[in-house]
Order: sequence, then C-alpha cells, then structure tokens
Amino acid sequence: MAERSFAREVEHLRLGEGDVFKGEAILAITKGLLQSGVSYVGGYQGSPISHLMDVLSDAKDVLDELGVNFQSSANESTAAAMLSASVMYPLRGAVAWKSTVGTNVASDALANLASGGVTGGAMVIVGEDYGEGSSIMQERTHAFAMKSQMWLLDPRPDHGAIVDLIEKGFQLSEASNTPVMLQVRVRTCHMHGSFTCKDNVKPAFTIGDALNNPRRDLSRIVLPPAAYEQEQEKITRRMPAAIDFVRDHKLNEFFGPEAGKVGIVLQGGMYNNVIRALQYLGLSDAYGNTQVPLYVMNVAYPMIDTEVAAFAAGKDAVLMVEEGQPEYLEQALNTVLRRRDINARVRGKDVLPMGGDYTAHVIMKGIQTFLEDHDSRLLGNRPPVPDAADILSDPRVEKLKSVVPGRPPGLCTGCPERPIFAAMKLVHEELGEHHVSADIGCHLFSILPPFNLGATTMGFGLGPASTSAFGGKGNKRSIAVMGDGGFWHNGLTSGIGNAVYNKHDGVFLIVDNFYSSATGGQDILSSRAENKDRSTNNPIIDAVKGVGAKWVREVDRTYDVGKMRATLKEALTTTQEGPKIIIASSECMLNKQRRVKPQVARRIKDGKRTVKERFGVDEDVCTGDHACIRLSGCPSLSVKQLDDPLRDDPVATIDNSCVACGNCGEVSEAAALCPSFYRAEVIHNPTGWDRFKEKLAMGIIRMLQGRRDTRRVAMEAA
Amino acid sequence: MLADRLKLPLAPVGEATERPITVAIVAMGGQGGGVLTGWIVKLAENAGWIAQSTSVPGVAQRTGATIYYVEMMRASNGRKPILAQMPTPGDVDIVMASEFMEAGRSILRGIVTPDRTTLIASTHRSLTIGEKSAPGKGIADSPAVADAIGVTARQQIMFDMDALAVRNDSVISAAMFGALAGSGALPFGKEAYHAVIQGDGKGVAASIRTFDAAFDRTQAKPDALAEPSGGTLAVPVVPTHSADARLAPLLAHIHALPDMVRAMAYAGLQKVVDYQDIAYGREYLDLLADLHAVDRALDGGSQNYAFTTNGAKYLANAMTYDDVIRVADLKTRAARRDRIAREMGLKTDQILHTTEYMHPRMEEVTGMLPAGLGRWIKQSGGLYAWLDRRVSKGRRVRTYSLRWFLMLYVLGGMRGWRRGSLRHAEEVAHRDAWLADAKALARGNYALGVEVLKCRRLIKGYSDTHARGLSKFDRVMAEIRHVQRRPDAADWARRLRETAIKDAETGGLDGLIQTIRSFA
Repeated sequence: MAERSFAREVEHLRLGEGDVFKGEAILAITKGLLQSGVSYVGGYQGSPISHLMDVLSDAKDVLDELGVNFQSSANESTAAAMLSASVMYPLRGAVAWKSTVGTNVASDALANLASGGVTGGAMVIVGEDYGEGSSIMQERTHAFAMKSQMWLLDPRPDHGAIVDLIEKGFQLSEASNTPVMLQVRVRTCHMHGSFTCKDNVKPAFTIGDALNNPRRDLSRIVLPPAAYEQEQEKITRRMPAAIDFVRDHKLNEFFGPEAGKVGIVLQGGMYNNVIRALQYLGLSDAYGNTQVPLYVMNVAYPMIDTEVAAFAAGKDAVLMVEEGQPEYLEQALNTVLRRRDINARVRGKDVLPMGGDYTAHVIMKGIQTFLEDHDSRLLGNRPPVPDAADILSDPRVEKLKSVVPGRPPGLCTGCPERPIFAAMKLVHEELGEHHVSADIGCHLFSILPPFNLGATTMGFGLGPASTSAFGGKGNKRSIAVMGDGGFWHNGLTSGIGNAVYNKHDGVFLIVDNFYSSATGGQDILSSRAENKDRSTNNPIIDAVKGVGAKWVREVDRTYDVGKMRATLKEALTTTQEGPKIIIASSECMLNKQRRVKPQVARRIKDGKRTVKERFGVDEDVCTGDHACIRLSGCPSLSVKQLDDPLRDDPVATIDNSCVACGNCGEVSEAAALCPSFYRAEVIHNPTGWDRFKEKLAMGIIRMLQGRRDTRRVAMEAA
Repeated sequence: MLADRLKLPLAPVGEATERPITVAIVAMGGQGGGVLTGWIVKLAENAGWIAQSTSVPGVAQRTGATIYYVEMMRASNGRKPILAQMPTPGDVDIVMASEFMEAGRSILRGIVTPDRTTLIASTHRSLTIGEKSAPGKGIADSPAVADAIGVTARQQIMFDMDALAVRNDSVISAAMFGALAGSGALPFGKEAYHAVIQGDGKGVAASIRTFDAAFDRTQAKPDALAEPSGGTLAVPVVPTHSADARLAPLLAHIHALPDMVRAMAYAGLQKVVDYQDIAYGREYLDLLADLHAVDRALDGGSQNYAFTTNGAKYLANAMTYDDVIRVADLKTRAARRDRIAREMGLKTDQILHTTEYMHPRMEEVTGMLPAGLGRWIKQSGGLYAWLDRRVSKGRRVRTYSLRWFLMLYVLGGMRGWRRGSLRHAEEVAHRDAWLADAKALARGNYALGVEVLKCRRLIKGYSDTHARGLSKFDRVMAEIRHVQRRPDAADWARRLRETAIKDAETGGLDGLIQTIRSFA
C-alpha cells in the first residue's frame, strides 16, 4: 500500500489481554489471527478483504515481533497453495480473499489441500460479497466447502463471536486435519463494533523450524492410491472428528426456550436480522431474549445431525433461515430428519425468497408466514409491524420513480483510464464498432455511461483470454482490455502468452496505473513506487516481450488522447501478424493526489515556485451540446443552467474538484469539439523573471483590452 | 380461520417497543459518508451507548449511490443489544442525505416514513452522468423530491449544506453533523458533538465552524430562513434610453414591440450588437419587425405574440453563430480574465496564465475568407486538402503570452471583415431560408410557425457537432414539410425537435421519422 498509511489501525493489532478493541470487524479478524498464533498469512485484496491485507502490509514490525510471514499473494490460487505449509508441519496459517470470485480461482489448490489434509490449523477467510452493493456474480461459497469437504464457519455478526470462532476454528482444523473456511459477509466485515482482546500469541513452532526439519509423507500427496484413501479418511475419520469437536465445544448455539411447537434454524450470519425480525413480531427483545427456540449454526458445514435432530424432535415445524441458493442447508436438514423419521415439517425457501438479501424485513415476513401456518398463537394480538407500503403508494412518492435518476459508479476525477476510453470511442466513430472484451478493475466502468464500451467480463485477468475465439485473421479485430492488476494475477499467461502462442490477430490493451487501484491502491510488481519490503518497478513491457509478443506499443501518458487514438487505430489496421499489444500507462489519480497534494502544499508554504492548475469552460463559448461529457463522465465536469433567456440548454462547467488531468481539453482538441475549455495555471511564489514577463505582457494586454472595451457598444443590462 | 384466531384471549407477547435508534446515511461514494458515520458512532459510544455501523462501499465508492447504516442503544444490565445490519423500511428514525436526489432515492427505499423519520437533506445537486450527458436539458426535477419529502418525513431539515460547508472552508459531513445536532433527533447535547469533532484531530476549527453554522441554521425559526424563491420571475425592465446615443433609435424600435416581446428582443439585440456592431443590431431589428408583421397579420396578440418572441430569441442565436472571430474576441476580453482570476482565487502575488485547447480546421479558415475566394478554395479539392493538412491540428494557445494574445486579438478584431466572409454568406442564406419557412408555415398554422422557429435550437456547437446539428435541422424541417397540412402538425414538429435534440446517441429520430412515414 503505497500512498495510504494504516499506522493507526496497526496500533489495534498491538492490543493486549483485557484491552477493548473498537473498530471494523475485518480488523478484529486480523487481530483474531494474531491471537491464534498464526505463523503465516497470505491473500489477495478485494472488497471486503482489502483492509486486512492493507493493515498487515503496514504491520511489518508487529508481524516480525511475532515471527509471522505475511505476503500479498499473486492471486488467490497462490494464497491457497500457501496453506500447504500446514500439511506436514504444525504451523497455523490463514489466507483471505473476496468470495466467491477468489474461491473460484483458488479451488484447485483448495481441493488438493483438503484431500491430503493438514497438520497445522489452516484457515481461509472469505469475504462473502453477496446481496445489495455486491460487485460480483451471486453465488455461495458454501458449495466449495461441501465439494472439497472443508468446514465452513459462519459466525454471528458480533466481534467477540467472530474472534472466538477464529481461535476455535484453528483447533477444529487441527482436530479434524481439515482446512476450514471462515465466511464473513460484506456488511459484517465493515461493521463497527467491539470486543475484549487477548494477547497475541507467538507460534511455538516456526517457519524456520519447518525448513530446518523437512518432512514428507506420501499418504498426504494427492496421487493414487493415496487419493482414494484420503477420500475414505474424509468420510470415516475427519468428518466424525469435526462433528465431535463442534458439538463438544458448543460452536453452535441454542437460544430461547427449549420447548416449543416451532423453532428456527439459522446460519450464524443471519442471527442479528432474525432477532430484529422476531422483535418486530413481538417475540424477542432487543437484547436477544427470544420466545422462539433458535438453533444458530455458527458452523454451517457440516451440519451436526445429532444437534439438529434433537432441536427438531417434538416440534411441529422448523424454519430454516438460509441466505442464498441453492438451499443446501434445507436439503441437509430434510435428509437428517427423514433418516431419523423425525416428523417436524421443514419450511424454508417456501416461505422465504430463494435468492437475494435476507434483510430483517424479508426474514420478518418469512417468519410471519411460518408462524401463521404452524403456531399462530405466538403472533399474539399482532402489533403493527414496520411497513412503508402505504407511503410508497402515495402518488407523490410514486412519481419519484420516474424522477430520481440512476447513479452508477464511474471513473474518479482525473482518472487516467478516462482518456483511453474516450480515444476508443473516437476510434469507433472512425472505424466502426469493434467487439470489446472487458475485464475486472476500475476500467470495467467503461461498460457504463458515458462510454458504453465492453461486451463481456469473464473474470479477473481474463479479458484477453475471453477474446480467444476471435483471433482469426481477415476480420474486424477484437479489442481486449485488462488492467495491470489482472495482468499480474494471471493475464500474462492466460491472455498474452495464450495470444502469442495461438497467433491471435486481435488488439490487447493493458491499462497500467501503477497500483491495484480498484481494490484500494496496493502495490504490484509493476508499481513505480519504491517499496522496501517488496520488489516493484518490474515493467509490464518486459514481461510481454518476454513471452514473445512482437507488436508492442507503450503510451506513457494516457491523457494524450491524440496519441492514444492513433495507437489504437494503428493496432486495428496494421498488417503485422500476431497480437497487437498496447500498454497505456499513467498513475491512478486517486493515489497520485494522495501522494502529490501534501507535496504541493509544502512547496507553496516553503515559498518555492509552484504552478497549480485547473480546467475551466468559457460559458459564452460553450453551446451546451454536451458532446464533451459524452466522452468524459468526469465527476468534476458537470452542467449548469445559465441565467440567459436566449439559452435553452445548460452549459458545461468544471468545479473546483478538478485536478487538471487535461482529459477534457485533450478530448475536445482530438475530436475537434469546441474551443470552450481552457487550463488555468496559477503560479505561486513566482520568480523575478516570471514577474518581469508578466508585467511586460500584461501591460500591453491590458492596454489593448482597454482600447477594445471602450470601442465596444455597451448596452445596459435589462 | 382468522375469526377463530381473533377470538383467542391474547395478550401481547413480550416487550417489543424497546428499540435502538436507527440512522441511515444515503450518499455518493467518496463523499465523506464514512466520516459522518464514524462521528455518529463515536457520539453514541462517548455517551456509553452501544453503536454499530455497517456499509457496503464496494464499487459504489467510485461516485455511485451508497448507504451507511447506524444503530445505537444502551446496554441493559451488561447485556449488549443485538443490532441489525440493514435499514428496515418503516423503521428508520433519521435519514441523512448528502445530495438531494439521494434523498429522493431514500424515500423510494421506504426508509422515510411519516410516523418516525427525521429527514436531513442537503438541497444541492450533484448531477448524475445521465443528467449531464443528455443532449439538451436532462436535469431531474428537484421540486418533485421536495413534494415527496413533504408527505413522507415526520420532520424535515433541508438546506444547501454543501454551500454552507464551502463557505466555512470545510466539507459537507461537518455541516450534516451540525444539522443532526440541531434537529434534536438524537438525545445528545451540542457539546457532545463538539467533543467528537475535536477528537478527530484534523481540520477541527473549520469543522466546528461549519458544524455551528449548520446547527444555528437548523434551529433558526423557519420564517427567518425564507430563501429567495426562484419561482417568481421578475420581468426585467427594458431601458428606454442609453448612455450611447447611437442606441436610441434601436431602443425606440424595441419599445414599439408589444410588452411581452420586449425583454427577449432587448436580450437578443444586446447579444447581436455585442457580437458585431450597431448596424448588425439594426439588421436584427428589421428582421424581427418582418416576423412581427406576420405575427400581427395572424392575430398573434391572441397567442401572446409567441411567434415574435421566439423569433427574437432564435434569430439572435442564428445571427451570432460561433466563428473564429467570436471565439478570439471572447477569449481576449478583460472581463474574461477577471472572471477566471476570481474563480481561481488569484492573489496579488500570484500569476495567472491560461492555455486554450483549439483545433482549427481549414473549414474555419475558408469560412473567414471573402466569400468568392473561400468558395474557390473549397472547390479546388487538392489545394483544400493540402492546406487542411497544415492547418488542422490541435493547438495549445497560451492566451496571455504576447505572441498568442496579439494573434487572438487581431482575429477578434476582424469583425469588420466578417460580413464579407464565406461563412457569413452561408449563415445568412441558411437563416433567410429558415425565416421564410417559418413565416410561410405560420400562415397556414400559427403554432407550426412557432415550432419551426424553435428548431433553430438544433444547430449548435462547432465542427462535427455543428455539422450534425445542421443535418438534424434539415431532416426535421423536411419531415415538418411532410406533415404540414395535418392539424396536429405543430405537435409532430415539437416531437421531432425534442427527439432530434436527444438523438446524439440513441438514433431515436430515425424511428420517429419512420413512424411519421407510416401514416403521413
């Protein structure tokens, strides 16, 4: 993390026994790892996991004291493979990523890891990005846990409960020789709360101990016949051991009265919203004193059959509250009860929605239906529940639906990727539309207004690979976009290497903004910053040429829209064979501003000559056609209505958040749009020479301006 | 079934009334919603409450709409309350919107309800990409949001918190925090809020100043706050004489026009005279008089002289087409430099420069040449292309360097030359044809004539944009002639024009023309 300091958060990691931690849960999780005595941590950044990675990146001192090896992995697969350190050695280790996308990437390593099993506790922290605000496909990590037989922890959204489960999770992993996954939803990761800390634990067995005493055991390696034995071991030994551990250590929780006609079984992560739903129905107080029996599955896989059977026995019906689909838990619950011939009805996705967020409101309606069917007495005299339906049907509110415009995310002010897509749009105007395959990263915002470029995304770093079918010659060429983050994650081989080898005829645009920007600005191999703990400044062009690419162009200042357009055009029209690779580089503006702003302020304060720039629009020159905005979408470029009866349309305007990247000027120049844009430059602390030139020039200019002003016919304002 | 249930002797089960206080902050990513959320959590924690916040920054952190959610409650006998992670429609006590359309969005989410919600909304707008990039006018209707707030919020606090923050050199989160304190919706005193800001350590003085200003603004009596309402449009008074004697006859012309036309005609005259000279102003008034004569003949008085008023407006725009001379003139004016200096907050010991991004093409050069010569060059293809290759490129013009300023100044001074230029000849021909069309069509259908005048709005911009505008104008006019005999011709003309304005990307004009062709 080059441009942002997490020093304050790092202090949280030093808290000791009895200290109270207050902050975000993802940071509590980080602290929980250190309290559990991990020897190594790895992972790949991405919301909501970035914070864990960022803080550990800045926490070298703390980690060194504890002897913890931390690394930012090249991708999730690398991170998962890192857990192999726990296969033969009693080393605890954890890795973290955004899920399910990261788990998809990691699953090869995870499957191997889970088959052979582990000696030291191995934990995968997955930030489950599901529901409103998610940036990925809507799927469940649960499926991965089941297919590889890794235990899935789904703690109640409470810092104390989460941290406790991390510690217990490592023990569970060791007791059952199985890696575990700790699933935390995005809202939980970003949840502010508190817990009472313990001291950090320095691992008794270190990485050094392992390296100095190497061990191997053929039965842990996935090769026949061991692979078959491992499967049997999963079934006959590891699963029963896990079930015993979970039951003996009471990882799952029971709340409310023991007896009752009905009960609710829920994933740990659903607990807070279930309590709120019960509260709305008059069945719980705000502190969780529920009148309906609850069985909270902090371990979502495996299901502890004896516990759930005992819970359901004697009840008319149980409700399974399980977010996401398919309804794995509901199916498992049915299997458990049918096998034991326990006749409690199982309700779940028939009264709750199959997919989407399980908000308190959604759960409340599900529980209400469930209770109406099975124990309506509990609903009592039915006090009114929160309901906005009436007000939403008011015509004045109805009308808003057509008034309130959508607000999609977009590129930041001054983003160096904006001119790339402006250039691409100009090229399309000239050469016609092309198939554009997009990738994951900030540049994916090209698919939204105003650029509307990009037909598919197939996963991180897979933009180039996803044009594989379009590599033949003689057609209009395909354009694949990929960021530097995706490039180092896997795109170098899956995209560029693949294209070189298969003699792909298309265009490959690598957007290099010096950071892994979309995930928060972490350093990567090609970052230009000096990083004392990592190796940076490894140019993308060397890697691309290293895998055999021949037609490679670098645009070192993406804001040069004319050059960007010419390069794209050349790539689309050249007769040279093989992939046409363009590397477009300029620093991420968000990070650049973090770096440069304090420097500029200091220079000005120190009396050094400094030029501050901003763009502006001459409103008399602007005719209000907004073509510039359709090639920009910059947050600082907006429109305003003039107080002029002769003008119908609002004109362009630039507010003072402008960082003078130059895109609007360059675009209007390259597209010959209009001469309205200007760059204003203010020289702070000018030199004597500056002053002399200024005095001379402005003397003459003022004189000429005065002359023309007096000759101009002045009409009084109406 | 239901009746059976209702007969049961039921008592309420359990205490359901004790609830946390719930606060939702609706904002745009990167706008400080996180800071405000942190402050509110701290406020509650400092008072010994349990507070929980959640958010989903995700992709929305890049300027998209997002929501932060806070719940707070006291612990009871050492037991912590279980707090929810998302707002429930109908159960939110305070909604804070850092932008006005986001307030509208929160209403649509159902989290603003008349029984409990205090809505604190900044009235400023941060336009969405759709509103900004729409050709023509695309800005959403703020009064509709205000209307909805009127029926949904229990208590409403609305003012421009962004402007207040800027006035006090701070950011909107401080102003919103002040409005929250002033609303009294949370059971904490002003000092408690101050303590939170002071604990922050960064920009404390400006934040406190902003907080206090917003607090006072929120607590002030409503009538003391009556902001000048934008609704009452004061009709500008048109001067009857001018310091410049040469203007007297022109003013007399304007005052000969009906009342309702004068303001527009004066504005038009101002623009035309500023663009060229008094003679050009006279030409404008003469052309306007022609239009007005037609208007009178058509009993325009009964239509508020819409034909003359729109004529006054669009004729002025047509006569002040954007050319090199105009741009050079505007860029070299003293007032322009003063405005930029003001906007940049220029101090006396600083120096201001500007750089213009210009891309002249041969088209503009031939436009400036005398009509005959210009036409000749345009027709000699090889020469024109050769010259264009030399002229047409992006040029960075350092406005206030002597060399460039003199060049622009000379260009801006070529107004005397303009009326003999090729561009002027083309513009006059186009203008006259348009006026003739408007007059002819008005005679058959008054409203249609007005619509034709308004079609001038389609022509705007420079180079390609200008060319596209001209072509849209031609297509719309062709269709108008096609439907001119229909009684609803004016409606179709209006639809054609509106569609053409929005046609920059959608291609909606083709569809509409096809529709028209299917019946007419």
